[in-house]
Amino acid sequence: MAKLELRKVGKFYGGFEAVKSVDLTVEDREFVVFVGPSGCGKTTLLRMIAGLEDISSGELFIDGARANAVPPDKRGLAMVFQSYALYPHMTVAGNMGFALKMAGAPKAEIAEKVQEAARVLQLEPLLNRRPRMLSGGQRQRVAIGRAIVRSPKGFLFDEPLSNLDAALRVQMRTELVKLHQALAATMIYVTHDQVEAMTMADRIVVLEGGRVAQVGTPLELYHRPANLFVAGFIGSPKMNFLSARAVAIGPRETTLELAPDRVLAFPSPAPALAIAPGAAVTLGVRPEHLRFVESGPLRGVVDVVEHLGVETLVYVKESSGGTVIVRTDDLSRVRQGETVSLALHPDRGSLFDTAGDALFHLSPT
Amino acid sequence: MMDATTLSGEAIAAGSLAPARRRLSWLMLSPAVGLLAVWAFVPLAMTLVYSFRRYNLLYPERNGFVGIRNYEYLLSDPSFWTAILNTLVLVLGVLAVTIVLGTVFSLLLNQNFPGRAAARLMVIAPFFVLPPVAALIWKNLLFDPLNGFIAWLLHLAGLPAIAWFTHVPMLALMVIVAWEWTPFATLILLTALQSLDPEQLEAARMDGAGPTNRVIYIVLPHLARPAAITIMMESIFLLSIFAEILTTTAGGPGEATTTLTYLIYIRALLNFDIGGASAAGVLAIVLANIVAFFLMRAVARNLEA
Repeated sequence: MAKLELRKVGKFYGGFEAVKSVDLTVEDREFVVFVGPSGCGKTTLLRMIAGLEDISSGELFIDGARANAVPPDKRGLAMVFQSYALYPHMTVAGNMGFALKMAGAPKAEIAEKVQEAARVLQLEPLLNRRPRMLSGGQRQRVAIGRAIVRSPKGFLFDEPLSNLDAALRVQMRTELVKLHQALAATMIYVTHDQVEAMTMADRIVVLEGGRVAQVGTPLELYHRPANLFVAGFIGSPKMNFLSARAVAIGPRETTLELAPDRVLAFPSPAPALAIAPGAAVTLGVRPEHLRFVESGPLRGVVDVVEHLGVETLVYVKESSGGTVIVRTDDLSRVRQGETVSLALHPDRGSLFDTAGDALFHLSPT
Repeated sequence: MMDATTLSGEAIAAGSLAPARRRLSWLMLSPAVGLLAVWAFVPLAMTLVYSFRRYNLLYPERNGFVGIRNYEYLLSDPSFWTAILNTLVLVLGVLAVTIVLGTVFSLLLNQNFPGRAAARLMVIAPFFVLPPVAALIWKNLLFDPLNGFIAWLLHLAGLPAIAWFTHVPMLALMVIVAWEWTPFATLILLTALQSLDPEQLEAARMDGAGPTNRVIYIVLPHLARPAAITIMMESIFLLSIFAEILTTTAGGPGEATTTLTYLIYIRALLNFDIGGASAAGVLAIVLANIVAFFLMRAVARNLEA
């Protein structure tokens, strides 16, 4: 039970502004993921919520109460660290019960709560071991157990899966989602991995250079990215960006020119685009929204073909110079060096202006 | 890591290396091994041999094998037991003081404050002072009952001066040696503190541990291992403290500050009794090995934990 509210929260390190005026509300029981490249301020933002960093400007409210000056242990939030930060000289049980011991809880109560958390996380046989005798996945679980035992209002995760191998990461991902459902607690999760963000989040907060680039559900971000940064960051392989010029903006139809004599027309949105005819724009198309045709608006030579089994990624060197990635099924018979022609999905794609902001989206949602 | 070394050790023992290659490796090792042998084993062997012989420089012609007479004489000599006791008091006392002060200094010097680099240098500085120099500084500039700094401070406080080396000679000696060795403990413990994962402290903060509890539950356990190593290394050096005694009390008054090392010096170079001194030397080696045995066990257990 925790609703978090950030109002114009900022962080300065000397003259450097690491987090710039972030406004965000995390609803009770929501699973929110902060995602962005390294140095985007996502961890700093999390640490400010945790109370490990001072908030330089703006305000943080937890369940409606201003929490800027509340010390970390009084905020009712538990944190799972990237390095797990287990206490090496304490047993698993000692680690998990430490917060309760500090709070002066009676021994019987500590033992009971530790036992309960160990049962949820299948740590019972390991309670008397020390952290260095555990595998990475087990340590991870102990770190989560240490957070659970406190029965916090909310959980904060700082890239908790980045030290695990790929297979374990996928497994822990689903376990964390299940845990979120079981505990019904508010969770904030920081990662640089957009796949983790897409798979786990109720809502994703994309951060870029200390600013919030977009907040939305995973599919909102995927289909309706607010700007070029989000469009490029979410989704793998990346969205294709094609430079174009708006030739005609009519009431019914908008026409783009990708290159001389190669035009693309689609129904105009309402209200009509606020750009002048002749303006430069960027057309964003996801790799799965391109297909091979006899004669289409895009032409190029196949550069690389990657067979992934369930799908095939084809890198096409486009005639205007850029590379376009096409995601197709594995039965595709495209060969390297072949000249191909591509058509765009009729009602998928995003259009961005020169500043990188989205003008409109062709999408189902 | 452990497994890898044991494996390669087994591989060598099993003779998986080609004989020629093994000969070459022994050849390459031999200068170092030879030097070590000459340096360590020859003096040890000579001491052992002398300890079973009558050998006094005043009567060089009266020598010969006397069995364990040197040892019997030594063990029945009350000054030997006094020396053992003095050695233990000095070593344990200095260890206690240096570990406690070293921990306090390292915790303080690990904080952020202006002038930290200078403060660190100042705390480390005594380690660079040669032992006889350190002892003389304390004896003449600080402890001197007439002109010493401490006497002046006591005078300002309206207290009578203390003749340190007359009334509390062992305490005075311990102060000097602790002053010399606190920097060593501080240095090792400070390095250890810097290797403490800051996320552990942050996790403890989130868990509701205040500054004192963080030191008790996180920092001090983290320092247990380096502290054990510091104790072991210091003991090795403290057992052979000599220059400080020679330049200040010369083992006195009476035998108040005569340690085992100093007793050997008296026997060998003041009484010219090489045989008796060698016997004391052998017993000192035994004593050092007993201490080392327990320390190694403690440290090994610590390393496992």
